Amino acid sequence: MSTTIRRHPDSATLMSFAAGALSEPLAAACSAHASMCSECRDELRDMTLIGAALLGSAPTPGAQVAAPDALEPPLPERGVTRREGIPDPLPAPITQRYGLALGEIPWTRVGPGVWQHRLALSAGVEGELYLIKLAPGCRLPVHGHGGSELTLVITGAFSDASGEFRRGDLQDVDSDTEHQPVGDKEEGCVCLIAAEGPHLLKR
Amino acid sequence: MPDLLSRIATERSDGAFRRLFEEFGPQIKHYMMRHGADAASAEELAQETLLTVWRKAGLYSPAKGTPATWMFSIARNLRIDRLRKEVCWQELSDETAEATPSEDAAPDDAASERQRQARVQAVLTALPGEQRDVVTLAFIDGLSHNEIAGRLSLPLGTVKSRLRLAYQKVRAALEDLK
Repeated sequence: MSTTIRRHPDSATLMSFAAGALSEPLAAACSAHASMCSECRDELRDMTLIGAALLGSAPTPGAQVAAPDALEPPLPERGVTRREGIPDPLPAPITQRYGLALGEIPWTRVGPGVWQHRLALSAGVEGELYLIKLAPGCRLPVHGHGGSELTLVITGAFSDASGEFRRGDLQDVDSDTEHQPVGDKEEGCVCLIAAEGPHLLKR
Repeated sequence: MPDLLSRIATERSDGAFRRLFEEFGPQIKHYMMRHGADAASAEELAQETLLTVWRKAGLYSPAKGTPATWMFSIARNLRIDRLRKEVCWQELSDETAEATPSEDAAPDDAASERQRQARVQAVLTALPGEQRDVVTLAFIDGLSHNEIAGRLSLPLGTVKSRLRLAYQKVRAALEDLK
């Protein structure tokens, strides 16, 4: 499945995800992409080695940590629990966090052939995380971004000036990019969009 | 250094438990304090991290990375959850990855994992100072690209390219261990 994924997050974005330094919506999109992409999971594992090495080499002036007295027994070994049945097309981290399935999304129509569903973020977090559905051939209004924006294709495909994006592909764009994604002519698309700042719609 | 963590998986002694706290407690406490925790809460978070390491040591497998990466992940996840009070999406994707193992050949023994860790350590030591600073601000201080750009008075693009360059070197150093 993952072999067909051709578009990945910028490695600077993945580095910050591994570091725990991405804002919550961007981290959600990286997590969702990584759940679909074994290549990025392997890269994240290598990136985590960097964190481990730096943690071990940071100076620690006079910090001692007391060991608790009671020595607790280890947890028993447990096998991996696999979910039964056919997996939902929504990436596992999204279904786990929001308890949603693709067929149950309460879409809100926001324009001709465009629906969205906003996903809640932690209190005080800036930016936005939402699912968007484009009908075949329909387009999102031209917009720029007040920060990075990650768009992950969940079903169908979309294209814009930079090419075509299919299931599992992730588009990683900067604040200075303006784009106008168009849903695939046959299938349209459902995407997860994470934005650091507000969408800047062109009027 | 990683030897102690590897041994903890098999050696369940009181002595191993104390050495775990002596050796890694200060690093993790320091990490939490860099993220704004006061000394008392940093100590609590360090204890919680190490207790988790201890409790789950039996579940440790080299396929999930070195014991050191495992400890870093636990500390990072706890920091996101407790200090930033945000959803830890890294943990959610770890769980998913557990259920669907990578198709690429995972390094099959702890020795090769230690070798990978040593290579990364060597790359980081040899990194030009300007790249190392950016990588440290991301991994140890948890700063976003924009925050790093602000802190170092650099264009955003420069911050990103330094992160990319540092990763390219790590990747190249691990190439033949795949």
